[in-house]
Amino acid sequence: MTDVANAIVLLLNFVIVPGVAYGSQLALGALGVTLIFGILRFANFAHGDVMAFGTMVVLLTTWWFQGMGVGIAPLPTALIALPFGIVGAAAFNLAADRVVFRFYRRRKSPPVILLIASVGVMFALQGIVRFIIGPDDRRLADGARFIIKASEFKAATGLKEGLAIKLSQGLTLAVAAIAVAALFWFLHRTRAGKAMRAYSDNEDLALLSGVSPDRVVFYAWLIAATLAAVAGTMYGIDKSYKPFTYFQLLLPIFASAILGGIGHPIGAVAGGFIVALSETAVTYAYKKFLRYLVPESWEPSGLMQLLSTDYKLAISFVILVVVLLVRPTGIFRGRVLS
Amino acid sequence: MSFLAGEGMTGGYGGADIIRDCTIEAEQGEVAVIVGPNGAGKSTAMKAVFGMIVLREGAVRLDGEDITRLSPQERVRKGMGFVPQERNVFTTMTVQENLEMGAYIRSEGVADTMARVFDLFPILKERRRQPAGELSGGQRQQVAIGRALMTEPRLLMLDEPTAGVSPVVMDDLFDRILEIRATGIAILMVEQNAAQALTIADRGYVLVTGQNRHTDTGEALLADPEVRRSFLGG
Amino acid sequence: MRTKLSRPVLWTPRLRTPLLFVGMAALLIAVGVGQSWVVSLSILNLCLISAIMALGLNMQWGYAGLLNVGVMGFAALGGLAGVLISQSPVADAWSAGGAGLGIALAVVVAAALLIVLLRRFVRRKPLRTAGTAVVLVAGFFIARIFFDPAVDEIERIDSATTGYLGGAGLPIILSWIVGGLLAAGAAWLIGKVALGLRSDYFAIATLGIAEIVITVIKNEDWLSRGVKNVTGLDRPVPYEIDLQQSSWFLDLVHWLGADPITGSSIFVKLCYAVLFALVLIAIVWLAERALNSPWGRMMRAIRDNEDAAAAMGKDVTRRHMQIFVLGAAVTGIAGAMLTTLDGQFTPGSYQPLRFTFLVWVMVIVGGSGNNWGAVFGGFLVWFVWVEAEPAGFWLMDAITAGLPEDKPLRAHLLDSAAYMRLIVMGLILLLVMRFSPRGIIPERRGR
Repeated sequence: MTDVANAIVLLLNFVIVPGVAYGSQLALGALGVTLIFGILRFANFAHGDVMAFGTMVVLLTTWWFQGMGVGIAPLPTALIALPFGIVGAAAFNLAADRVVFRFYRRRKSPPVILLIASVGVMFALQGIVRFIIGPDDRRLADGARFIIKASEFKAATGLKEGLAIKLSQGLTLAVAAIAVAALFWFLHRTRAGKAMRAYSDNEDLALLSGVSPDRVVFYAWLIAATLAAVAGTMYGIDKSYKPFTYFQLLLPIFASAILGGIGHPIGAVAGGFIVALSETAVTYAYKKFLRYLVPESWEPSGLMQLLSTDYKLAISFVILVVVLLVRPTGIFRGRVLS
Repeated sequence: MSFLAGEGMTGGYGGADIIRDCTIEAEQGEVAVIVGPNGAGKSTAMKAVFGMIVLREGAVRLDGEDITRLSPQERVRKGMGFVPQERNVFTTMTVQENLEMGAYIRSEGVADTMARVFDLFPILKERRRQPAGELSGGQRQQVAIGRALMTEPRLLMLDEPTAGVSPVVMDDLFDRILEIRATGIAILMVEQNAAQALTIADRGYVLVTGQNRHTDTGEALLADPEVRRSFLGG
Repeated sequence: MRTKLSRPVLWTPRLRTPLLFVGMAALLIAVGVGQSWVVSLSILNLCLISAIMALGLNMQWGYAGLLNVGVMGFAALGGLAGVLISQSPVADAWSAGGAGLGIALAVVVAAALLIVLLRRFVRRKPLRTAGTAVVLVAGFFIARIFFDPAVDEIERIDSATTGYLGGAGLPIILSWIVGGLLAAGAAWLIGKVALGLRSDYFAIATLGIAEIVITVIKNEDWLSRGVKNVTGLDRPVPYEIDLQQSSWFLDLVHWLGADPITGSSIFVKLCYAVLFALVLIAIVWLAERALNSPWGRMMRAIRDNEDAAAAMGKDVTRRHMQIFVLGAAVTGIAGAMLTTLDGQFTPGSYQPLRFTFLVWVMVIVGGSGNNWGAVFGGFLVWFVWVEAEPAGFWLMDAITAGLPEDKPLRAHLLDSAAYMRLIVMGLILLLVMRFSPRGIIPERRGR
């Protein structure tokens, strides 16, 4: 019986807990992508770098706070710097809309043109971020490290395997839950949120009802920026801050959004968790896990790892391809915000 | 002068005029119906009244006020309600949310209006928490009309409201339209089912190639042998 | 109807295109005179390769409207061909792991065949789907049984210098063809899956596939040595050292009054430039003929109105497949040429920004749908990409000249000047899209 418990703890510690934390980060990112898609109807290739930009502002503010000795230990200082990052990302998104996207929107250019324009924005933004803070890996987390330490867990339960939950992981989940709840409240309970859903569902009818497209687009950029800054910061606290990794996050984020049904917020959240958990589950080496469960003579010789961790990206992609082939609308039949 | 008067309207899409010197009028508490063969410019005439196409000549007046230059959105604020033929509900939103969106530009009195819409279409009250996309064709039309009524319009315009619904549902819809007329709203309607529509019309317009061919009461048009022969199939 | 504004005579396409290329040449000459000829020729060589890559993408996007965001993957496959063709085979590795790899490959092929048969002959959909899944999973695990130990054996053999299977030991110039074929084969496979998707989904799909290609090349050391890189690749042109010791070359240099070391470097670069230019000319010639043939017109008709073309009985997906494979082949050729020029294969250097999005900037800025536009875009954008760095440095130096040497801000700005090129690229793309949306040399229409 303890063997089963040990095996479960092992799985929790190495697959479920990191997967859930990563899933929350992807879900937040995918929500932003899906929101822009639902309203502006294009896949925003700059979204990963907006995350990097927002997180950069958080990092700079964190340094400033740390320099002044301001902090909220045991929680990471980045948490009180987060509002600054949100403002920064929002300012960027709104500026980009004003300078770049609005022009194409008013001409009713095909979505592909907006997509390519977003590549231009991505280029410039990557340059700006590296220009300001450089390409290096930086630490964003401070304060306490763990909610539960592996050794404490072992002592408390008497099991051989420990379960460690990092503060950053717990925090990520909590912040993501709050952000998602707030978004759904906004979309379903407020006038502006309903207007956004209406616009996404049927643009002509929404215009007829007196919905202002500029207002809806303004909210879309604002919310997408907020989600991007939150997602980026949580990822940065959980791992570390390196501008290039945010660009690489674009692929699993797109995969999550499409998997859930692009334009569909619940789908984006579900997609984020599915992609993240698949990544951790497929790249985990099950040797030790199986050793607890099978008789000694059956003990596997190899690592029992489906794919090496380097193939993480490939997994989100394979999921994406399978979804596109089997059910192109995604799990939740996406297209519009609902 | 009529409550709604689209006078001598000429215009269309791009370079070509689809309607020429076309006049459409409607009074409060009356149903005006536009009928005619396919391609006669019926829907275009209604879109001209609503400002969805730019007129080269002619004018549109509502309650004596010239609204020729206003956008459709501005005309909604002036008291026009429009029910498009297709894609006329928010399919992913609930019935109640559809109605709320109809009243988007209003700040007060929404609950009263909604109660009246629910009185008019009791099935919508029952289904108010259901997404409009899950309703039957006839119920969807009710949502669409209800949505347009939420602005408390003085003129309600319906673009082929009975397209694609069964005869039973069509009769039901016409009954509701008469109930709406009874509240003193002016109703302008484009209809493919000419014979049935003219039976409820106080005023009928037969358009051919974008021009007025016959204009009279619905009853008179139905009795006119030429109209019967040419447009109503005998 | 608005009449078109009359334009100055200079801007007629007939005159404008040659003038633009003359201007480009002048820029390269200016770098030769102002900076150095070695730099100028290095830029030229990469301009030539970039132009070919841009031509490849232009076929896909410009002719057919395919939003391929996986250029990097095809370029890397071309580069891999450089290793697989030119390196000598590692006999020990083959004897240690060749058999195991062979069996694993056979298992994969057998599984693939089984799936094809299954999908052809089993009618009932749930059964077909389940069967496919079972074969897929079983095939994966059985192949792994043979694959894993074989790979371990191969990678163990002299891992500091080889640790991989090596190549065919053929002249590297052959890899230009093989690279094209490799990329074309990959494109065919990808096309089978991804063509027919909506354009934005297709974009994301190709973006992902390119990442997977790079991941495989980076991690499958038995194939490509992964991030340990393969250096010292064979050359199609003479080595500088040999030139510096051959009497005819020394005589030539002496006669020109140049320095032998610089001279040899320039000579080698010129050799490359001639080779690359020949390839570019051949591809442009073919591309121009294709574009103006009935096939090219049909392709553009499909691009401009897919539904109408489909209604007229054109097999849109089939045409898209043709152009996708062709464009990928051209990109693969360019990738192989790049590896040849570098003399090494470094999987870590493949970054989407440089190998996918930069090529996109070339095509959009140059003029999508126009071969000369793509070529010019390749030249101009590569030139700016390279020269933006010194220009940025110079600019920052000028801006901060008033600050004292040791001021941190000045140091930071000078350090960061290199990233100016990203900002410049973004701005160029956005400005061209906004103010000259059809590019510098627009597509000729109405024929």
